[in-house]
This record gives sequence, structure tokens and C-alpha cells, in this order.
Amino acid sequence: MTELKENLKRQIVEQLNLKDIKPEEIGDDQPLFVEGLGLDSIDALELIVLLQQNYGIKLTRAEDGPTVFRSVNSMADYIMANKK
Amino acid sequence: MGTSVYVVNVGIISAIGNNLRETLKSFELHQSGVAEARFLTTRHHQEFPLAEVKLSNYELAQLTGLDRRLSRTILLSYHAAQQAIAPFNSAELNQMKTGFISASSVGGMDKTEFFFEDFLNDPESGDLHDVMHHDCGKATDYVCEKLGLKGFVTTISTACSSSANAIMLGSRMIKSGQLDVVVAGGVDALTRFTLNGFNTLMIVDRKQCRPLDSSREGLNLGEGAAYVVLMSEAASKKFNTSPLCEVAGYCNANDSHHQTALSDEGNGPFLAMQGALKMSGLRTSDISYINMHGTGTQNNDSAEGRAVERIFHPSYPKLGSTKSFTGHTLGASGSIEAVLSAVAIQKGLIYPNFSFTDPVNGLHLYPEIKYLENVEVTNVLSNSFGFGGNCTSLIFSKPDQ
Amino acid sequence: MSKFQPKLIGSCRISNCQIHKNTNLIFKSDYQSFATFADECYTHFKLAYPKFHKMDKLSKLGWLCADILLNNTNLAIKYDPFKVGVVLSNKNSSLDTDIKYYNMLKTGVASPAVFVYSLPNIVIGEICIRHGIKGANTFFISERFNIPQQFQYVNHLLKSSEVDACIGGWVELLDDNYEAFFYLVEKSDITNGNEYTIKNIEALYNNRGND
Repeated sequence: MTELKENLKRQIVEQLNLKDIKPEEIGDDQPLFVEGLGLDSIDALELIVLLQQNYGIKLTRAEDGPTVFRSVNSMADYIMANKK
Repeated sequence: MGTSVYVVNVGIISAIGNNLRETLKSFELHQSGVAEARFLTTRHHQEFPLAEVKLSNYELAQLTGLDRRLSRTILLSYHAAQQAIAPFNSAELNQMKTGFISASSVGGMDKTEFFFEDFLNDPESGDLHDVMHHDCGKATDYVCEKLGLKGFVTTISTACSSSANAIMLGSRMIKSGQLDVVVAGGVDALTRFTLNGFNTLMIVDRKQCRPLDSSREGLNLGEGAAYVVLMSEAASKKFNTSPLCEVAGYCNANDSHHQTALSDEGNGPFLAMQGALKMSGLRTSDISYINMHGTGTQNNDSAEGRAVERIFHPSYPKLGSTKSFTGHTLGASGSIEAVLSAVAIQKGLIYPNFSFTDPVNGLHLYPEIKYLENVEVTNVLSNSFGFGGNCTSLIFSKPDQ
Repeated sequence: MSKFQPKLIGSCRISNCQIHKNTNLIFKSDYQSFATFADECYTHFKLAYPKFHKMDKLSKLGWLCADILLNNTNLAIKYDPFKVGVVLSNKNSSLDTDIKYYNMLKTGVASPAVFVYSLPNIVIGEICIRHGIKGANTFFISERFNIPQQFQYVNHLLKSSEVDACIGGWVELLDDNYEAFFYLVEKSDITNGNEYTIKNIEALYNNRGND
């Protein structure tokens, strides 16, 4: 699980071009959107691509985004629950 | 203030008709143009219905007399613009200061070029880069030359408000005396590029779109072209026209919020509508009909709806979106809806908003669902908003008798 | 006649790894790729704007040019934000990003964040968001920077009082060939300012300073 979270942080920084942030600076439970990392709706769509590309998980309902992408923890939980 | 600007003729082609007569018939019969894809080769063809023009490139070429190897953008653009100037002799138009202003969300470059299967399969067909480079910005010039118009030519590219901005620019140039006659409008052809892109934005509905409805799930992509012929008072008299309507107001504003999403309060749409109203000198109660941008996406319809409420509350004119018929034709949508607005005034029509059950959550906007004839339509407000925050409102008014 | 006349307040030009502000060379780099040059500028000018890294190259170019041009002018505070306009043009629309997206489609992984930039006027959106600008904005496509045509348009916006200030210019990028030239025009009562005329825009555009 720790490894999954570390990978996720690295992938988030890479996929979203967060050049001013280092992966290790992202807290496991830190909110990713608005007041947290300041991500927006386009970033959410990119995270959907990230899940599909790296974990083979297809999130088809955009309205699930806010729950799944709340934090690195919630993303990791979602991946564990949906991994084939 | 300058001269009045008149809309003296129009031309249109979209999923619901290859000309104005067919277009109006589709509204009357409640026949939407949204259907399973027939012409665009896409692996999504069963997944996403499209509002395609119901003609192949070959048929379009036959209809226009143009070379069938030309891009669909050029074929559609020429077909609509030709209808618009048909009553006039281009040599006579050229005796005045004439302009051709066309718009497209791809900036004059036809992205269908990307997807010519021949091209992809043929390694001899050269570098993609060169082909596209060569084509860029040429479509407008080509169509203008074919129409026989000489004078000012330009291309505008501001996403989904492009062709509303073309009409605004044409009107400005007539008002300021730089031009007397302008053919203004826009075109966009469906491509896999846009379908794929909008799909990744997760704003394409898998069923027919439901603009202004609480159950809306996105837009349907469409294609088409439309042009208006704008004239100064003097030109309109010289050519002995009976104008459909007058361009009474226009305004462009930037929502200044996000690359693709409108602000929750619809600040850009609010400024654009307010600015156009102010310029026209009309009160909100003078507006007979609002042709809303109404794409069917969550974001657009709630932001635009909110802005309409901020301006019109508590009494609303008839309103609705025509995109459940035509699909969202992107760069062409502003001029397609401008043509519909002008004709609404001329013929006393209100168009139906195809599928509507419940209003957008938290709003009180009830679109007209019937096709109404013999209505007194004096002033129409037409909205067009694009990515990049570009928001345009146009107001058309019945000419003084 | 109003004492407020359109004046050319400043200009910025970015091309060939060099930045000129009001024809003075203010930054120069040896790097050839635009991406590296853009990163260098970001560090050099201490631009704390994380979203910069998410933009496509055309938007980065235009955004940088506007940022250096407007540096501390507080345009949207000095004027009603709705009275500040942006009018830009280029030759190749968003072709650079279009090709990038097209190549992504071929490999099967299409990025929504790339698609968003496949429109030329997104650069205007980025500039408006950064500086709080809300006025009339248009993007023209033309073979070359048509200064007289753009002047006519912007001048009409100013004369008809639709805007009180406007950024005008050219922003073109394809691969590592790029050129941005922006100028700022404001209605001003200063008497000795640079008049807003075609000749004066051309002079700013053509005078690259001591490069």
C-alpha cells in the first residue's frame, strides 16, 4: 500500500505537470483539489486517464471523480477495490 | 453611432436541412438531426449520436459544383455562403466596399485532413506536417474567391463563439464605415479529432442531448455552416432589399475563470448579455425570445441559466436552445443560431427546445417546447460562448417599418 | 475632442531565445528549444504561477509576453476589467498542439489537458485569467501580422468606448519556431506619449533594439 501511494504521488506530479511540487511533499490525506493541491476539473479528467493507463481502471461516471480523487488515500483505496 | 446594420439574406446547412426551407420544416415536424453516425468513420459511431449534415462529400461536391477532393469544411462553407449571396450579383456587390468574414473553431484549417484514411494508409502522401501547414488559413480565402467577392477577407477563431464574433466584426466594420456589405458567418465539419477530444472531456451525451433540462448529460456534436449578408442602410437601399432584421446590439466579454468551464455565476455571459442590451437601448421586457447557447452540458446550462436569471428575473421572454436539433456545431453554432434568430423575426417563429421535462436544478427557466408560428417576434437575443472564456451576445431587431 | 487619446504604453517581443521590452533586450538565453527557454524564463522572472507548467507552448509564449508587458501595471484595477480588451492573431492557429494531440490519438492515449489547448484563443483565456481581464477579445488567423488591419479593429474598440485599454499583437508558434509581439494601448491624457498609430506600432515591431 505504501508503495502504491508513493507511485501514485509520482504519477500525479508527472501527469499533471506539477513542477513546483515534489511527490514526497504530497500528504496521504491532503485534499488534491481547490484548497489542497489546487487541482481543477481538467486535472480530474487527467487523473481518470492516469487510472486507466497505469491501473487499467475505467472510471466512467465523472460525478464519481470528487470522491475517488479526494486524496492519495482515497485513490489508493479505489485502486485496491477495483483492481482486476 | 454610424449607420444601421441590416441582415438582408441568409444561408444555412446543418443536420436538419441543406437550406433554410428544409431547416424550418424540421423544426415544424420536430425532427431532430441527431442520429447514429453515417459519414464520420469512428469507432464511437454506436456510442455517440451525431448531428451530421446528411450528405457525403461527394454529394456536397455535386450540389455545389466544387471539387469533391476539397475538405468538408470548404464544401459546407461555400454551400451556405452561396445561398446567402444568391440573390445578388457579386460584380455589383464588389462595386461597394465588400468583406467576407468567416469563422471556424479550427481557424480556417480543416482537421478532417488529419483523418483521410487514404492519407494515413498511403506512406507516399507526404508529411502530415506539410499538408496541414499548407492548408492553414486558406479555407476562407478559397471560399471568398469562389463566391467572386473582392475586398476585405479575414478568419476568426475563438472556439464556439467564433461565428457570432464574425457577425459582430462585420457589423462593427459597417457601423464604422469601413465596409458596406459583409458576408459573415462560420463553419465546422465533424472530425474524429473533436469527437475524441470532447469525449475525453466527458461532456458528450450518449443519447440525444437535453439542453436546459435537469437530466442533461452533455452535448451532441454537430456540423454545418451559416452566413448572413449584412448591409449598411445605403447598401440595403441600393440593392433594394427587404431586410429580415437589424443587428441592434452585440457584445463580447471574457469570463476570465477557466480554460473550458464557465464561472458558476456566469459572469462572462452576464457581461455579454448586459453589454448587448445596453448597446441596443432595449429593456429586458423588449426581448421576445432568447436563443440560448444551451449546449446540454452541466456547466454551460447552469452558468448561462444563472446569468439569464440575473438579468431577466422575475419575468422571462420565450427561450430555448436549438442544439437538440442541430447538435453543437462549434464554430458554426453562432451563425446558425443568428440565422435562426433573424428568420424568427422575419417570419414570426419560436423554435422548440426538443426534449424538456424539468428545469435545471435551482433555476426557473422553462424553455418553449412547441414550434410557434404567427408570433410577434420583435427582438431576439442570441448567445454564443466558447472555450477560452469567450462570450458573445447578439441582439437582432425588427427593422423600423 | 476628449483629452484622452489612445497611446502606446509599451511593448514586448519574444523570439529566438530573446525578450525585448520596449525594444530593450531584457533576457537572452542560449537554449534552442522553446520548452527549455520557457522554463528558464519562469525561473528568471520568478513567476510563481504553477498553472504555467500545464499550458501548451502557444499559451506559454503568449502568457509570458503578456506578463512581461503588463508587469505591475494592474490594468484590471486601473480600468474596469470589462473595459480591457485582448486582440491577437497568428498564422498557424493551434497547429503545434493539434499535431501533438493527433499523435496521441494514434497511440491511443489521448489527454484531455492537451485537447483543451487545441484552440488558438485559449491563450487569450489564460491571459485574462492571470490579469483579471474581462473585456472584448478576439483571435484572428492571417498569413502574416497584419498591423493595419489589427489597428483598425482595436482603434474602433477604443473609439466606440467598448474598451479603454487593449493588448494587441501576434503570437505564433510551431515546433521551435516562435514569435510573440504584444503592445499595450491605453486611453491616456499624457501629452508627450507615443500616439497609437500604424506607423508607431510598426516602429516598435521592427525595432528589435540592440540584438
